[in-house]
Amino acid sequence: MSDKRLTLKKRLHILKHHYRDTKWAPAFNALHTFLYTPNETTHSGSHIRSADDLKRTMNTVIMALIPVLLFGIFNTGFQHYAAINGFPSDFSVMRDFLTWDNFWLGFITVLPLVIVSYGVGLGIEFLFAVIKKHEVEEGYLVTGMLVPLIVPIDIPLWMLAVAVAFGVVIGKEVFGGTGMNILNPALTIRAFLFFAYPTWMSGDLVWVHGAVENAGTPDAFSGETVLGYLAQNNVSEFGHTVSDMFFGFIPGSVGETSTFLIVLGGLFLIFSKIASWRIMVSAVIGALAMGLIFNGVVNAGWITDSSPFYGLMSFPFWEHLIVGGIAFGIVYMATDPVTGTQTNRGKWIYGFFIGFMSIMIRVFNPAYPEGVFLAILLMNVFAPTIDHYVVRGNVRRRMKRLKHATIIASTDNEMEKLKAETI
Amino acid sequence: MALLSKKDANLIMDPLADNNPITVQVLGICSALAITAELKASIVMALSVVFVLAMGNVVISLMRNIIPSKIRIIVQLVVVAALVIIVDQVLKAFAYELSKTLSVFVGLIITNCIIMGRFEAFALANGPKRAFWDGIGNAAGYGLILIIVGFFRELLGSGTLMGFKVLGDPITKTGLYALGYENNGFMLLAPMALIVIGIIIWIQRSRNPALIEEN
Repeated sequence: MSDKRLTLKKRLHILKHHYRDTKWAPAFNALHTFLYTPNETTHSGSHIRSADDLKRTMNTVIMALIPVLLFGIFNTGFQHYAAINGFPSDFSVMRDFLTWDNFWLGFITVLPLVIVSYGVGLGIEFLFAVIKKHEVEEGYLVTGMLVPLIVPIDIPLWMLAVAVAFGVVIGKEVFGGTGMNILNPALTIRAFLFFAYPTWMSGDLVWVHGAVENAGTPDAFSGETVLGYLAQNNVSEFGHTVSDMFFGFIPGSVGETSTFLIVLGGLFLIFSKIASWRIMVSAVIGALAMGLIFNGVVNAGWITDSSPFYGLMSFPFWEHLIVGGIAFGIVYMATDPVTGTQTNRGKWIYGFFIGFMSIMIRVFNPAYPEGVFLAILLMNVFAPTIDHYVVRGNVRRRMKRLKHATIIASTDNEMEKLKAETI
Repeated sequence: MALLSKKDANLIMDPLADNNPITVQVLGICSALAITAELKASIVMALSVVFVLAMGNVVISLMRNIIPSKIRIIVQLVVVAALVIIVDQVLKAFAYELSKTLSVFVGLIITNCIIMGRFEAFALANGPKRAFWDGIGNAAGYGLILIIVGFFRELLGSGTLMGFKVLGDPITKTGLYALGYENNGFMLLAPMALIVIGIIIWIQRSRNPALIEEN
């Protein structure tokens, strides 16, 4: 009788003991630490006790992502019905705006993405924990939440599963798992999808739920992104206001549209000291700088509106920050502590180039309407080099100071000697 | 009497597995990335390299005692260039379409590190018969990896093998495509070839830990 009243925790404990020192031990340990706080302590060495361990860090980022996820769910439904019924002209909240239909449609389309992302990713993490006989790491918790937010809503689930498997294995596990990866795994997954299945990652159909399904039928509608319109110089059809773009009522990847909520999440991450404000600020400066250069080119009259770059180059420089994935990338991806730079000076350089190159790729290659993920991946590769030169530069400066100090000290000594001799 | 002595057999078998030019010595990577998008091109490239390396090894081995060591690299280049031109002309005459696909990469066999490497490391110090088997073995080891990579890249990237639509027709939506499957365009790009070779190296080293370098 008493056996049947065992709690899940107790059962896991028994299983864990039962499988101790066998091949499956890491899997049960993994399940246990995933659901409960382990009661074991380390046995040797000296430790720093700190509340912000990996699990806490990950949870904080996930908390910062939840508003964005909820908005993504809402916007999925909103864009779908807006594309069919027309954009609601008056924002009379609750009536044709914050409706349950919007949330429900978004919920049933976004939830499978989240389930596939976590299911495949954690499955592979468990598998590698068993094969490599190490404890499972929390690294995938944030990646698994980021992935559904940076893909188009109608991406086929099997493609997402293939991409997640690729990203986790090639982007992370081959380098040695969480904390050892060179590239951001979530962006590796997006890059894989982008290059493998470009028809599902760009164009004017994938950003609004149902557009692909209804293509070619009388119900067909399209949902071009702001950047898509601009890349085609199609400024006349462009009907989004600045406040739509800032609050996120525009088509785009699931979670990247609402700059407002991303800024709130970013502030939360800065005040909880999880993400680096230096990277965020310098990336914004970099993006604005590049945008200003392009605006300058247009104002100087070097290109005319017949140029294929006119649409994007004449876009006001600060509005670049509120369309596309750049805000999301800067706040949640560029600040990844594993793949970013570690030194303070390095963070300024790293962030600046992310912003600068995001806008450059965005404008110069209309085939890549979103440059931010490429820019971050590129700077991930350069991050160790930047750190190396920052550290070396610091060493050289200190050496110089030391040499200077010893020369002064030795001349002082000689002066004293001379004084002593003359006396 | 066996056709090959044990020593000669080792000359062929070693480069196929534990001393593979691509996966262990990491030579000849450039052409392995460039021409493996189709299985047919990989096979032709593999055969061309088998011919050039086996013949070149024999020629260099025969001349090894009369080549002045100061100009041996130039002599080797002349030999390999002559052989490559033969291959190139034969391909142009009998398989023109394919030679257009392979384009400059047939000519670039001259710069394939495996060829100069075997001339230097083996043909200059061994008799023609052994040099011949060494050439066959190393080129086959190279070709084997090319064919494996070409197989996966063509199958997953274009859904075909040797040009046959083995997975169904992507335009009329038959076979796997009827279920919503789509070709993986990334497979046709050179970075994915590097990743496929990396995965082969990974599998090989986890099966034979003796290959893992210490550091």
